[in-house]
Formats: sequence, C-alpha cells, structure tokens
Amino acid sequence: MKVCDIVHLLDATFLAGEDLGENEVQSACGADLMSDVLAFVKNKTIMLTGLTNLQVVRTAEMLDVACIVFVRGKKPSDDIIELANKHGIPILSTAHTLYTACGILYANGISGS
Amino acid sequence: MEELRVNEYNLKDIYTIEAGNFVTAGEASSNIKTLLKRLGVNSSKLRNIAIASYEAEINLVIHSKGGQMELLVSPNEVIIKIDDIGPGIENIELAMKEGYSTAPDSIRVMGFGAGMGLSNMRNNADDFKIESKLGEGTHICMKFNI
Ligand SMILES: Nc1ncnc2c1ncn2[C@@H]1O[C@H](COP(=O)(O)OP(=O)(O)O)[C@@H](O)[C@H]1O
Ligand SMILES: [Mg+2]
Repeated sequence: MKVCDIVHLLDATFLAGEDLGENEVQSACGADLMSDVLAFVKNKTIMLTGLTNLQVVRTAEMLDVACIVFVRGKKPSDDIIELANKHGIPILSTAHTLYTACGILYANGISGS
Repeated sequence: MEELRVNEYNLKDIYTIEAGNFVTAGEASSNIKTLLKRLGVNSSKLRNIAIASYEAEINLVIHSKGGQMELLVSPNEVIIKIDDIGPGIENIELAMKEGYSTAPDSIRVMGFGAGMGLSNMRNNADDFKIESKLGEGTHICMKFNI
C-alpha cells in the first residue's frame, strides 16, 4: 500500500510531504509513547499518534518511518511541519480517533508493526 | 573505560547536549545519521545506530545535567561515546531493567520515560558498555560493526 491509499482510507489531509504519496507502507503502529515506538517498530511503518511535539518527528526520522498520522484532527505547530519537510517525512491529519484510525487500517489489510 | 586509539579513526565529531532542552533534543543524532548515511552505512545498520544514539541523547536531555556525544568512524566500525556531568546512576543493573524509569509525569506526557532506553541501546549496539558513579556522571560507549 502507499501513503496516498492511507490518505483515502482515513479521509486524511497532507500537512507535510504532499509529494511523497507514492511512499510505500507495509505496517502500522499506534502509540503516544515514543519510547515504545523506538523499542518495537520495524521498517516502512506508518506511525499514528495523538502526540504532537517535535520529538515525534525526530523519532520518525530515526526509525525511517514512512508516514506520520496525527489523529483526532490535531494540528501540529509549524516547527513540527518544517522538520518533517526537511527530512522528507509525510504528515497526515485525520479526524478519526487513534482507535478508529488503527481499526480502519487493520480492516484494510495493514498489519501491526 | 578503555581508551580508544583515536588516531586510527578517520572521522571524529563532538556534539554538546543541553539538559532539559526538548527543542534541540535529537539534533546530534540527526546529524550523526545524516553523516553516516553520506558515508554509505547500510540502512538497517544506520537505523540501529540512530535508535541507540537518539535514546542516549534523550537520556542526557531528560536525566542528566548535560554532556557530550562523540562520534568516531573507522572503515569497519562506528563508535559513539556519551559522557555526562552528572548526577550519575546509583544502580546500573536496576536502570538497565526494561520498564524501570525515574522519569516524572512531565516527561511521560512528552512520550518518553517507558524505561526501555538503556536496554534498547544495548540491543541495537554490537557492543555496549556503561559506567556510572553517583555524584560524578555516566559514561556509555557503543560500538557498531559496519
Ligand atoms: N545519563 C543518565 N544520567 C542519570 N540517570 C540516567 C541516565 N540515563 C539513564 N538514567 C537512569 O536510568 C533509568 C532508565 O533509563 P532508560 O532505560 O533510558 O529509561 P527512561 O529514560 O525511559 O527512564 C532512568 O529513568 C534514569 O533513572
Ligand atoms: Mg531513556
């Protein structure tokens, strides 16, 4: 699946990296604890989170995360979007809750990371 | 801690890490990752190095009074040395345990403090050494075969 498919499934909008819709995604993880993400996540994953701070992007950068999804319509500040653009990490925003967003992706064949 | 023969390394870089600064936290690890990528380190090893480096850097920001990270690169290994100026760790064995954390709630709401960092560093590095003395500081040396 690709990032643009995720946009469609989650009724999401791009906040960063609109040109990276062709990025491939193989799995997903949903977490507000970056420590857990750093300990358990594998490659080419989508990271869904309700946490909006700079370290979310830093964590994604270290892990080569394919795409960040902010749930519940959360709008990150400009410095977060800037950092994601700098490192070529797409950011999506969806109105769904973390639980629902993960459920939709799982129901559409995306496994856990 | 064993002394490294620094002149055998063709690249050496030092980064200063500021305690409590969550805006700059991760910059050193980001620079290290970018640099090693340019040097051609393969992506899965690069990921191991970035994770371990970032966990160490975050620990300096959260738990220490500040310190520095030193990157050494030779044709077949990458070394990251992390030295802080205190407060030190009283019981290293306990600190290494998965799930053990002294991080306050203010850190947890930022997404950190699960107590997985030190074990995650050990798991990602090919060699991991830690020394610490209460009242003095913590010293970590991680080696990665590339
Ligand atoms: N550089 C450091 N200086 C002082 N204490 C540290 C340092 N690094 C780790 N610790 C101690 O070890 C504990 C475990 O560290 P870690 O496994 O990274 O988990 P976490 O950072 O989530 O608490 C910390 O909660 C802290 O008490
Ligand atoms: Mg830690």
